[in-house]
Amino acid sequence: MSSLTSPATPLTDSQQGIVLRGVTKRFGTHVAVREVDLDIARGEFFTMLGPSGSGKTTLLRLIAGFEVPDAGTISLRGVDVTGKPPYQRGVNTVFQDYALFPHFTVAENVAYGLRVRRVPRIQRNDRVQAALEMVRMTEFAQRKPAQLSGGQRQRVALARAIVNEPEVLLLDEPLGALDLKLRQEMQVELKRIQRQIGITFIYVTHDQEEALTMSDRLAVFRDGQIEQIGPPTEVYERPATEFVASFVGTSNVIVTPAGRAVLRPEKIELTQGPPSPGHVGAEGRVVDVAYLGMVTRFTVELDDGRSITAVRQNRSVGGEKDSLLPTSEVTVSWDLADAFPLATTSGAESQPG
Amino acid sequence: MSNGARLRQRAGAALWRRPWLRGVLTLSPPLLWFLVVYLASLVTMLVTAFFSVNSLTGSVVYQWTWSNFSQILTQPVYGSIILRTLVMAVAVTVTDALVALPFAFFLAKIASRRWRQLLLAMLLLPLWASYLAKVYAWINILSDKGVLPGIESRLGLPTTHIAYSNIAMWIVFSYLWLPFMIVPIYGAFERVPDSLLEASSDLGAGAWSTFRWILLPMVLPGVVAGSIFTFSLTLGDFITPLLIGGSSSNFIGNAIYDSALNGGNLPFAAALAFVSIAIMAVYLLLARFAGAFEAL
Repeated sequence: MSSLTSPATPLTDSQQGIVLRGVTKRFGTHVAVREVDLDIARGEFFTMLGPSGSGKTTLLRLIAGFEVPDAGTISLRGVDVTGKPPYQRGVNTVFQDYALFPHFTVAENVAYGLRVRRVPRIQRNDRVQAALEMVRMTEFAQRKPAQLSGGQRQRVALARAIVNEPEVLLLDEPLGALDLKLRQEMQVELKRIQRQIGITFIYVTHDQEEALTMSDRLAVFRDGQIEQIGPPTEVYERPATEFVASFVGTSNVIVTPAGRAVLRPEKIELTQGPPSPGHVGAEGRVVDVAYLGMVTRFTVELDDGRSITAVRQNRSVGGEKDSLLPTSEVTVSWDLADAFPLATTSGAESQPG
Repeated sequence: MSNGARLRQRAGAALWRRPWLRGVLTLSPPLLWFLVVYLASLVTMLVTAFFSVNSLTGSVVYQWTWSNFSQILTQPVYGSIILRTLVMAVAVTVTDALVALPFAFFLAKIASRRWRQLLLAMLLLPLWASYLAKVYAWINILSDKGVLPGIESRLGLPTTHIAYSNIAMWIVFSYLWLPFMIVPIYGAFERVPDSLLEASSDLGAGAWSTFRWILLPMVLPGVVAGSIFTFSLTLGDFITPLLIGGSSSNFIGNAIYDSALNGGNLPFAAALAFVSIAIMAVYLLLARFAGAFEAL
């Protein structure tokens, strides 16, 4: 694991949410999670990001208690819960497929956790009501899950989890099945609800944009290990490895006098004259132009044969796609300060995992 | 293109333009069979139930009468036969449901692929064996010189005398129809996603609560579907009572057999069959309310 991954200061007891030490999980010969150490503070919105099969969902299921680790410990607020079943952990999960009980109404679904814990009926009704209000589903209380849309089911699943007032809410790709518009709406909703109830959210996704938008901190997973951990800006602006650089956003890896460095496409200037003062650059030829709505993406082949991706914001109607055509000769330049050096020992090619 | 091929093409196109014609053509053979062979014979039989037999000549008197039904309702022997059949059908159904639920749960949710295939094969294999062979096997097990008393005496236990009794019938029926109960319940368990069980546990439910509130309501249609088989198969049987039942173990089926073939009284046999069908019709109506037909 990279040395950049662990948080610098240990958390005090009152801040301590979840502490994982050396957590390992194997399925047969496949190691899904490999000796993960992780500290998540109380009230944090923490995202686990990674491609499928990187171990993020398995780690979530380990925290939930659906899987038992082969090694390591999981503690919650200082209490070791490694050997405890899900219902003794003070965590609740929002499932990827929502997992609503089809024979219950919305209200019955939400009330279920309180009912099996024998919360008195009057108190139960109040809390169900409050949870449904929180997710704006009050008017659907008497519907069955089959009569709801995907986004509405998502809200019910959320209400069913938060009504139990867990210390930690685990969300397994909760917005994965929704269309883009609804997903963006729900992202805002989720953040609002998290601020309102102030509990820890652990959020699993493979959508880097979602991770950057919502998280206080995020961890990038690869092959069962954490590749980098930090606030969104840090992970995006200063990726620790080439893997992180390529998984979180698009990036160019360039060679500078100091070694290899990451350069984000939006930091690159394309000019047909000399570059801006203070920039370093190279000559090349545009080989591909793609209109992406908000931006236009240019692929430039440099004279030395390397390829660079740059984007320009589409400020005018029609975008930038006509400003530079394929085969146009251009100067590619950037501010050296924008190129973030990659750790020499850690990188996709030099060290797997 | 040959004339034949052209004709086929035109016929195909004509059919394609007329969906109703396609429907009529595909449905009419089974519908015809159903109407003529099945419903017509059933109606004939039910109408026969309202005729009677001349006690001297033994020929059927084609005159509308309730006498068969009043005989069934007033003679206590028929009441007890119907009651015995009903109680046995219910007992076998309940027994099979109780055995099938944990078995089907293990099959669907716990067993590995390999175990599941093995158990399913073992479960379905007896269905290939003759019904009679299985009943005789049970006679061999239960009779006084059979396997069970043999094991009991060797272990120094008191020997049981189960064969030729209602208990023997109950055991044999429960054994015979068990697969018909397990298969639909297994299917119902399969349709419950694992994430629902995880969600239940996540929300604080222990094993019993999850079974009671999540699993049972979701597989209940499967149980009712299975019960249609176990109930109707027991209700209509007359061979097991004959072979392994005791001296007073007649079912409705045996009474029908007796009056039709030994007594030569077809109208009375038809009236008894009417009773059987009526019981089953009521049962199916109840099953429909329980949502069993979606689980079939």
